[in-house]
Amino acid sequence: MSERVAVRKTYKLFIGGKFPRSESGRSYIVQDSNVVLASRKDARDAVVAARAAVQGWAGATAYNRGQILYRVAEMLEGRREQFVALGVPGEEVDAATDRWVWYAGWSDKLSQVYGGANPVAGPYFNLSDPEPTGVVAVVAPERPALLGLVSVIAPAIVTGNTVVVAASPAQPLAAVTLAEVLATSDLPGGVVNILTGRLTDTVPTLAGHMDVNAIDLTGVADAELAKELEVRAAENLKRVLRPAPADHDWTADPGLTRMTSLLETKTVWHPKGV
Amino acid sequence: MRRLRDMTATATSARSDLSELGRSETALRTFLNGLPGVDQVGAEQRAAQLSTRSIKTTAKAQAIDLAIRMVDLTTLEGADTPGKVQALAAKALRPDPADPSCPHVGAVCVYPAMVPHVAEVLRGTGVHLASVATAFPSGQAPLEVKLADTRAAVADGADEIDMVINRGAFLAGRYKEVFDEIVAVKEACGGADAGRQGRPRAHLKVILETGELATYDNVRRASWLAMLAGGDFIKTSTGKVPVAATMPVTLVMLEAVRDFRAATGRQVGVKPAGGIRTSKDAIRYLVMVNETVGADWLDPNWFRFGASSLLNDLLMQRTKLKTGVYSGPDYFTLD
Amino acid sequence: MFEYAPAPESRSVVDIKPSYGLFIDGKFVDPTDGGNFKSVNPATEEVLAEVAEADAEDVDRAVRAARRAYEKVWGPMPGRDRAKYLYRIARIIQERSRELAVLESLDNGKPIKESRDIDIPLVAAYFFYYAGWADKLEHAGFGPDPRPLGVAAQVIPWNFPLMMLSWKIAPALAAGNTVVLKPAETTPLTALLFAEICQQADLPAGVVNIVTGAGDTGRTLVEHPGVDKVAFTGSTEVGRGIARSVAGTRKKLTLELGGKAANIVFDDAPVDQAVEGIVNGIFFNQGHVCCAGSRLLVQESVADVVLESLKRRMAQLRVGDPLDKNTDIGAINSAVQLARIRELSEAGSAEGAERWSPACELPDRGFWFAPTIFTGVTQAHRIAREEIFGPVLSVLTFRTPAEAIEKANNTPFGLSAGIWTEKGSRILWMADRLRAGVVWANTFNKFDPASPFGGYKESGYGREGGRHGLEAYLNV
Repeated sequence: MSERVAVRKTYKLFIGGKFPRSESGRSYIVQDSNVVLASRKDARDAVVAARAAVQGWAGATAYNRGQILYRVAEMLEGRREQFVALGVPGEEVDAATDRWVWYAGWSDKLSQVYGGANPVAGPYFNLSDPEPTGVVAVVAPERPALLGLVSVIAPAIVTGNTVVVAASPAQPLAAVTLAEVLATSDLPGGVVNILTGRLTDTVPTLAGHMDVNAIDLTGVADAELAKELEVRAAENLKRVLRPAPADHDWTADPGLTRMTSLLETKTVWHPKGV
Repeated sequence: MRRLRDMTATATSARSDLSELGRSETALRTFLNGLPGVDQVGAEQRAAQLSTRSIKTTAKAQAIDLAIRMVDLTTLEGADTPGKVQALAAKALRPDPADPSCPHVGAVCVYPAMVPHVAEVLRGTGVHLASVATAFPSGQAPLEVKLADTRAAVADGADEIDMVINRGAFLAGRYKEVFDEIVAVKEACGGADAGRQGRPRAHLKVILETGELATYDNVRRASWLAMLAGGDFIKTSTGKVPVAATMPVTLVMLEAVRDFRAATGRQVGVKPAGGIRTSKDAIRYLVMVNETVGADWLDPNWFRFGASSLLNDLLMQRTKLKTGVYSGPDYFTLD
Repeated sequence: MFEYAPAPESRSVVDIKPSYGLFIDGKFVDPTDGGNFKSVNPATEEVLAEVAEADAEDVDRAVRAARRAYEKVWGPMPGRDRAKYLYRIARIIQERSRELAVLESLDNGKPIKESRDIDIPLVAAYFFYYAGWADKLEHAGFGPDPRPLGVAAQVIPWNFPLMMLSWKIAPALAAGNTVVLKPAETTPLTALLFAEICQQADLPAGVVNIVTGAGDTGRTLVEHPGVDKVAFTGSTEVGRGIARSVAGTRKKLTLELGGKAANIVFDDAPVDQAVEGIVNGIFFNQGHVCCAGSRLLVQESVADVVLESLKRRMAQLRVGDPLDKNTDIGAINSAVQLARIRELSEAGSAEGAERWSPACELPDRGFWFAPTIFTGVTQAHRIAREEIFGPVLSVLTFRTPAEAIEKANNTPFGLSAGIWTEKGSRILWMADRLRAGVVWANTFNKFDPASPFGGYKESGYGREGGRHGLEAYLNV
């Protein structure tokens, strides 16, 4: 009796809730698998998908977003072994799962912590409330492959942003596998879009794209590239998160900065009178 | 606002449309509740802004003389006597005996019982004789009594009647009742077209008692109600409740007469009354008239101050401008 | 007619020196190469003073002075003592408010009633507000021990010279930073008077440094490697350049840039207050306001009645001598700005919009522009898209709330917006959808130190004012 021949997985992009091939038709090999080399066109398509998803996702109730992020944690917990098989340590998968849970809870709390009433000197109601900035381009850190990735995606989307993630070129499998988790988590299509391949193929396009509101350069290790991307981002005054230091401790309490850096504070005034 | 626009656009046909409003409670209520709202904070800020105008030298002299001509010199006390009101009338005719160039005031305002005592003094002088009829200040008397009150004052020589509206009915939303009462008093004044028939015809000033109306929205509605019913003037207050005339209330009323004229072609006067004591206050009101409704209302026929102590302050300021010396109350008559 | 006689504020209250040096390390010093420029009164074109122009060496001196003060004095100083210096400054501003107001109007051209009743009181209020934060930073929600950034380079515009200074300096100092501030080249004088106030308050040397000059000075300052923080208020174009220049550095950046705010009037608006709000929205400070309501979006069903009221109200605006207490609209700040306003207005006419201004006599000398509205404007017109930064209003119409939102948001800017309706739920629905950092509902152009201010999109990033304003100056 011959041994069963395994069905191998084709790793594809994750755009608009679907798993398309790259229009480039190119790939590279990571851990013996072919991984898509996304093109500039793929990056633009991902921005279109992310933009289309903004209204629904930002307009969803915070409770709803929190539930969906928690659902992501549930799905990730169930696929623990799949990530372990890719070489992600079990503890890291657990930490990544816990991070989804942590951020899920923030959806309906951040406004209370970060916004609020302002006691202005006059007969006015005055309230500041954070809102998502819109479409965020994210360069995921190389390590830790899964925890780092989750730690940049979750804070961006929990508040209602949608993201186009450039996966780490060296660690794309965790990203594409996470896409499978997201695709089965009630997360609306287009909220998270994942590109694999060379950063230089896609990220300059994202950095210069006029319909992207912010860029998170966390995973850009090359200082010259980071600077070039920041310069491109200035074209439409994107909000920029600079690269994380190499020694960043991804297991520590993340704090609020990753969320608040991708928010706009809107302040509404109204007179008080009879 | 839509309604206003329509009226403005077709003023001629709108005139007949508006005249129909008084026939039904529903029509009146729909119309009055459909007037644009007034934002309290915004209205008060606008009034405060106008108060910061700095009126100096020639402009101040001009404003003071105009304000004197707009004063309804008023005494409304239980203790009023013929002697007291006659002295007041004398002062109205010649506010500053030392200066013949000083203009006379707009009117003398007294209780109906005092009208006969003043009528003789004022006849033919150009100073009007106003009387507060209609069971002033509460208005809490049967309609027949109010009308008799009015007729008596007119018969005795009053050519201006200051009536109070029924605030209870207004606040309860019985707009038609208020409307009908104003129409009836107007009729008692000699009616809208009495002049042509040669009968005495008194101008009707409708006191809204804005201090009891509570909101600027109500002030605007009451203003329109009074104008629709035929009032010749709308007046803020009796001076007998704690809150009398204020700048923002008067602003809302000025906006109402402005819009009413735009809609109907008929001009209505405005009279803030009570609490206006200094020249500075009076000048602020004139600035507000100037910048809200313009020169057409800067005339004693269209704007009055209901006041008593204001006149002496105006006279003191007038003397200061003429002589350069600050005067004192001892130099002006107390009547 | 009731003609208001001139009511000029006395300028004797302010003593303008013939020339001013740079304020570095607590002293007024001459610039290294002795260069200077003139600051003129835009209402008369009279030269008010000669002001030193800082070059790279001067900027370097100032940054080093700020660094020393940060490391030796201000950084280590307990928050409660920093607070007391800021309170002192606030008090002196209140005590010298008339002098500051007159000088601001002279140098900037804004009406004295605005500098006296709005600008200077707000300046004092901002210092007073942030003074109170200096010893409470650990309670501000940025962690148990938020740290200052170091030396802040701050470049401010000419439209609210002293107020913008207060928005910059007060939070920076409260958080424990030291500053080098460059005022705009057309309006440096109140910043230099502020330097005197720092001396009067015995503020330690080097905590506040004022370097005067034009664009080159500003560029040198923000590009100086010794600064940790850059804060800029001004045009989107310059802001973009600054964002590029700090790329790849550690410098934290906040930008408060241009705007093209929609002021949206519905058919159920409180119309008289809405008209006041439209007037205040676009004619306040000659329209030299980044958050000006420069696009009036009026519901088509009431467009004619609103425009009629607006025109009647505009006819009451008094344009002229900024020092006259009755002036509503003062001088345009500079010949350059006047040329830009004229150019865009001519483009408006050329593109087919209908131009209207009330009859108004403009003075012969100085820089003046009559309050102007354009009707029949569409989204495609330049005057509906570009920031004019002058007393020019573009009027557009809409039919439904959704259309109002679509038009309001259809701009690369996102600083402010106005909504006028008596319907509460509509206000909240609209406010949720407007992509703007400040939404004024049934009011406009209101500012307060407790209220965060700043834009979406190309109107910049970061917030000034309130607890949020501290974040820009803390290492969080």
